[in-house]
Amino acid sequence: MSATTTLNCLSNGSFALVKEVVAEGLTRRRLLDLGLVPGTKVEVIRRSPAGDPIAFNIRGAVIALRRDVAGQVLVSPWK
Amino acid sequence: MQKSLIPLLEDAQEIAGLRRNQLQDNIVASIYSTAEQIAGEVVSHTSPKRQDLDRQIDNILTSPIWGFPIMFGVLAVVFWVTIVGANIPSNLLATGLFWIEERLTDLFMALNAPGWLHGFLVLGVYRSLAWVVSVMLPPMAIFFPLFTLLEDLGYLPRVAFNLDRFFKKAGAHGKQALTMSMGFGCNAAGIIACRIIESPRERLIATLTNNFVPCNGRFPTLIALVSIFIAGSVSLSLSSFIATLTVAGLVVFGITVTLAISWLLSITILRGELSSFALELPPYRRPLLGQVLVRSVLDRTIFVLSRAVVIAAPAGGLIWILANTTVDGASLLSTLAGWLDTPAKFMGLDGFILLAFILGLPANEIVLPILLMSYVCGGAMTELASLADLRHLLVEQHGWTWLTALCTMIFSLCHWPCGTTLLTIQREQRSRRWTLLAALIPTAVGVVVCVFINNLVRLLDLV
Amino acid sequence: MGLTYQSTGQSSTREIFHTLADDCDYVIALAGNPNTGKSTVFNALTGLRQHTGNWPGKTVQRAEGSYIYKSHRYRLIDLPGTYSLLSNSADEEVARDFICFARPDATIVVVDATCLERNLNLALQVMEITGRVVICVNLIDEARRKKIRIDTDKLSKRLGVPVVATAARSGEGMPRLKELVSDVANKRVQTKPQPVRYSQDVEDAIARLEPRVKAIVGNSINSRWLTLRLLDGDTRLVQTMENYLNAGKTVPVMPVGQEGLA
Ligand SMILES: Nc1nc2c(ncn2[C@@H]2O[C@H](COP(=O)(O)OP(=O)(O)OP(=O)(O)O)[C@@H](O)[C@H]2O)c(=O)[nH]1
Ligand SMILES: [Mg+2]
Repeated sequence: MSATTTLNCLSNGSFALVKEVVAEGLTRRRLLDLGLVPGTKVEVIRRSPAGDPIAFNIRGAVIALRRDVAGQVLVSPWK
Repeated sequence: MQKSLIPLLEDAQEIAGLRRNQLQDNIVASIYSTAEQIAGEVVSHTSPKRQDLDRQIDNILTSPIWGFPIMFGVLAVVFWVTIVGANIPSNLLATGLFWIEERLTDLFMALNAPGWLHGFLVLGVYRSLAWVVSVMLPPMAIFFPLFTLLEDLGYLPRVAFNLDRFFKKAGAHGKQALTMSMGFGCNAAGIIACRIIESPRERLIATLTNNFVPCNGRFPTLIALVSIFIAGSVSLSLSSFIATLTVAGLVVFGITVTLAISWLLSITILRGELSSFALELPPYRRPLLGQVLVRSVLDRTIFVLSRAVVIAAPAGGLIWILANTTVDGASLLSTLAGWLDTPAKFMGLDGFILLAFILGLPANEIVLPILLMSYVCGGAMTELASLADLRHLLVEQHGWTWLTALCTMIFSLCHWPCGTTLLTIQREQRSRRWTLLAALIPTAVGVVVCVFINNLVRLLDLV
Repeated sequence: MGLTYQSTGQSSTREIFHTLADDCDYVIALAGNPNTGKSTVFNALTGLRQHTGNWPGKTVQRAEGSYIYKSHRYRLIDLPGTYSLLSNSADEEVARDFICFARPDATIVVVDATCLERNLNLALQVMEITGRVVICVNLIDEARRKKIRIDTDKLSKRLGVPVVATAARSGEGMPRLKELVSDVANKRVQTKPQPVRYSQDVEDAIARLEPRVKAIVGNSINSRWLTLRLLDGDTRLVQTMENYLNAGKTVPVMPVGQEGLA
């Protein structure tokens, strides 16, 4: 059983598997539509020069999410 | 019979029960896993996956150290190329068009045409067209392709990525950086681009502040003024460099004002939640140079220019009439300018400048031509085929200093949006109130900043 | 930069759905993820010069144009790019309602060859609404450059709809695309879209509800898809659907982003 954390806590270059999106409403739908469904492997690519937002590789596209939004995605780190 | 799905919706609700989120997850997950499976079957990589190049470019363009300097550098290079590149064609065009003006004058004389007809058509309509074309065309024809190139490469989303933190702090949407980029071309287009911002609150913030980005109608005005005032004052090699920094500085000032006003709006009349922000950073793509050139010159430059020409022609005629209709010994033009002179002087401008901004409401492209027209119509100056002549007109005959130029540039950056933009705002927001505010906010900023700078500089005895 | 005759002219006031002209034989919709080259395909087919740019969200105004193929006139509608049709955001609703209610004779789904998986997500959703789909695997030149190969025949078999690989910017694959669109629009080719299979509990729920949905909407709307939306709790769609069923005509739908704050 691997530890659960949120997407915004991972460091650049690491991978994780999505466990659950805990947002509600439109944000939740948006995140699901981007492909953040349970089981999806996500790579943390980089942070913006000012630290926020964070760019992820989600199903082959590079998508930047603000930290608080990424914080609503529960993941387990993948090695 | 009335058909209704509502009872079914209720049943569905019951079936889904408390597990609605779970159900949604399942539905989306099934679609995605089907997609994944199909993609797995039909896609093959003939060599190991390579995203490296894009990543490496991003490493530089969005680097914590180089990200911002490069952004400023790109902006500066675009301006520098525009300023340097526009200079010679501008002068050539001016020389050519004013040579034609003389031939036209000869023609009118030969035909024994009445003086007023010659004045209205040649000194009014034709001359303002000549200025619009020679001042506006070269910078646009250079700037548009350069910008389209950046757009096609995929640089704009990186700019939004770099700047998002600031927009977040200002309570605004990260895609506002994209709508601002569109504003460089035309603020009306920038306003329409605001549709990519989904939240009405954040879209409104982007709409109300779009005007702080100098559009292609104002940008050549800035370039012309900078060139006039800097070209003469320092050595040639240095001048384009300083001119570039000045224009880039003004743009950065505009961006700063945008952020400040966005922030003010978001803590006062437009309070609300930040919406979720997702920005895709697409792969870099190699633009097709030929297509970029054709598209940006034919579709954009010619279009913008022809719109300016259509507005400038009657405006030029009007100015000539105003300048040549005298009531009580003074021309209408100078009477009008006289009324505006006191408030304008307080802002570091003069009555004619303010009048030009007001008459330029239909399109920003015609502000500078109108100003030159009204200066010339009152005076005896005829030879105006070069920047040096313009400098002479402004400085020697109308007492401009670098402060006048600076205040004019700032007011050009911060004043009411042009008529087209206002109509677009009204159409998009469907509210007179917001349209009015979109005009008031930049004007207020412009007045305050100009008054402040003007009085500060005078207080410190810098001019 | 987005300055066109379209973006500043009056034409934007015409961008309401029910203005679909009658002077054409077929109506074709262009759907797809953002930045996959829909406007470029649109330009290649119609010869117009809709603005394109390498960033998602370039097109925010619906564009219409037409082309003639084998003496039939096809009217093409460039829809805003979306990742999905489920979120009820303004642009997704425009795209979804157009496909659902305006019932185009064919829908071209433009997908990015370099990122097929993500793009198929939307294609599958479109195919749940309408089977009359042609998949246009665009940016095939970029895929080749990245050494990605796509087996379009297999993709076509797997999805049950025609597939063509294109590089719209250079015009590659456009004649074939026109041919396939004409086949689907004329019903010369019967498509057999393969439905997405959901998890058991979802399929059970569908089985319970779908017959009753079908009884109400008949064949005018795909009942499986509508059942899924009911289970999803999509009240806005139900609203639109009510109007559609009872008025028996297309509801005028707002163009993207025209609802102000006031
Ligand atoms: N190399 C290559 N580039 C293409 C092709 N098709 C489109 N592009 C480029 O991809 C970018 C996006 O194209 P658009 O047509 O604007 O995409 P769109 O789907 O309309 O995008 P949105 O309106 O934002 O949804 C542009 O820079 C095009 O020049 C292609 O087949 N090959
Ligand atoms: Mg487009």
